[in-house]
Amino acid sequence: MSAVGATQVGARVRAQAAAAPRQTRIPWGSLLLHAVLIACIALVVFPLYFAFVVSTQDLQQVVQRPPRLLPSSHLLENYAQAWRKANMGVMLFNSAVMAVTVAVGKIIISMLSAFAIVYFSFRGRMLCFWMIFVTLMLPVPVRLMSTYEVIGTLGWLNTYSGLTVPLMASATATFLFRQFYLTIPNEMAEAAQLDGAGPLRFLFTFLLPLSWANIAALFVVLFIFGWNQYLWPLMITNTEAMRTVVIGLEQIIPRSGTELPTWNLIMAGAMMALLPPVAIIIFMQRWFVKGLVESEK
Amino acid sequence: MQRTVFKSRWLPYLLVAPQMAVTVIFFFWPALKSLQLSLYRVSPFGDRSTFVGLENFGKLVADPDYYSSVLNSFVFAGGVTVFAVLGALVLAGLVTQKIRGLAVYRTLLLWPYGIAPAVAGIIFLFIFHPAYGILPYFLSFVTAYDFNWLLKGWVAMTLVIVATAWTHLGYNIAFYIAGLLAIPASVMEAADVDGAGPIRRFTAIVFPLVSPITFYLVVLNMVFAFFESFGVIDAVTKGGPGQDTEIMVYKLYKDGFIGLNLGSSGAQSVILMAMVIGLTVLQFRFAEKKVTYR
Repeated sequence: MSAVGATQVGARVRAQAAAAPRQTRIPWGSLLLHAVLIACIALVVFPLYFAFVVSTQDLQQVVQRPPRLLPSSHLLENYAQAWRKANMGVMLFNSAVMAVTVAVGKIIISMLSAFAIVYFSFRGRMLCFWMIFVTLMLPVPVRLMSTYEVIGTLGWLNTYSGLTVPLMASATATFLFRQFYLTIPNEMAEAAQLDGAGPLRFLFTFLLPLSWANIAALFVVLFIFGWNQYLWPLMITNTEAMRTVVIGLEQIIPRSGTELPTWNLIMAGAMMALLPPVAIIIFMQRWFVKGLVESEK
Repeated sequence: MQRTVFKSRWLPYLLVAPQMAVTVIFFFWPALKSLQLSLYRVSPFGDRSTFVGLENFGKLVADPDYYSSVLNSFVFAGGVTVFAVLGALVLAGLVTQKIRGLAVYRTLLLWPYGIAPAVAGIIFLFIFHPAYGILPYFLSFVTAYDFNWLLKGWVAMTLVIVATAWTHLGYNIAFYIAGLLAIPASVMEAADVDGAGPIRRFTAIVFPLVSPITFYLVVLNMVFAFFESFGVIDAVTKGGPGQDTEIMVYKLYKDGFIGLNLGSSGAQSVILMAMVIGLTVLQFRFAEKKVTYR
């Protein structure tokens, strides 16, 4: 659909370009437009640039006035020191486990439940559908203390199960799969049935291969969701061995005036914490946009 | 809206079982517990509980701290929404005027969405740092006003709003660009032929056509700011200075986890639940609108 949009847009741009020679004036308007856009983008990019710059400086450069806006030569030693000081290896590992498990888990259980809801008629089907829908209205804060109690009762505090399984219910992913299954002609399922393929065979050999684009899109969005969780890991974990990077970073901020202002190390840590999700957005941008826009419908 | 082809007595139940298990154990059961908790007074160690009816809600209504947390939540959510949605609309409007380079601009504006609000908050914390921050440094040439977020509540609020809006701008732009690409080229060409200038094209065509998206994004950004913004507050201001950035979710966490006031935290959960239900209903009115629009 976006490809069609793009060609239409392309046609319009070409049409405008063809019309351009007749207008003899200099396109001040469009130059101004680009200038404004580039200024806006500079504003959006600046915080990240600045964080990177600070992560390459030594302590003296961090506190110098006027602030130094150019990178320095201490990148490797800062990152190495931040890595050791904040136990980055463990935290990044925990974040990765959490993000991947939550994303994969959500995709699997949503794919299965959407399949059941679309292709079977069973007692309680609508009840299941509405129960999944209602989870949209129950974000973590709404059930904060009592969820904590449940996790405690299960003995899941400070475990990967506690970090991941309770986040795996997903109304948006279920709806996305449901929407997608409904676009597939019914004849396909009927034909599969005539060929003697059972429902699971149909799911794995017909639907799954068609779903990869949706799965990739969902994975990107859900990976970012999992990686960036804050309240949940803060509640469920209290040991250093289980801490995720997004919550661990806060604990190395120098809060009092008596501590060294090691902002270069914090920024090095921040760069390491934000790199995986940002890299995924940049390299899988097409899937990311698809996942964002379609999973919210 | 269903395709019922396969017949099996047990398979569909097996297929929905994992989702249902998670939903019941970690969503419904705790939500019901929260409802129940809100009607009881529980001792800090949870060993004794007394039914007190609506007393917990009554206490909240009489508590000025709770009012200020509600007010802070609205200021925070409003600020984030205005910055992130309005900013995105303006940028998207600019991008449509000159469609060339759309993909590049989108990429350049999209990536902050990957940054956790808490991490974004930490970056902005340094930019706003009273002693070493770049922003107070440059502002000090313009004014003698002390832009110290540790002392001034509104500076702290600005800090968390800007950091959160920063991560959200790209998300909103992605939606707007998708919407703008869906506007048929012929409509814009017709406007061109009729001699509509860029501003008129935007106000008369683009803005009305994307208004369902705007509505949806406003709701979505509000929901996010209300319910998913614990991280930025906890990582940056911890609700301070005083209680100037203590939003409802942060107060709930503080009263429940640190204060161990289970009854009050239950009542606060129930109030949040009512709000999220209201916002979700609004969100789905958008879905209906979109259907009639097509």
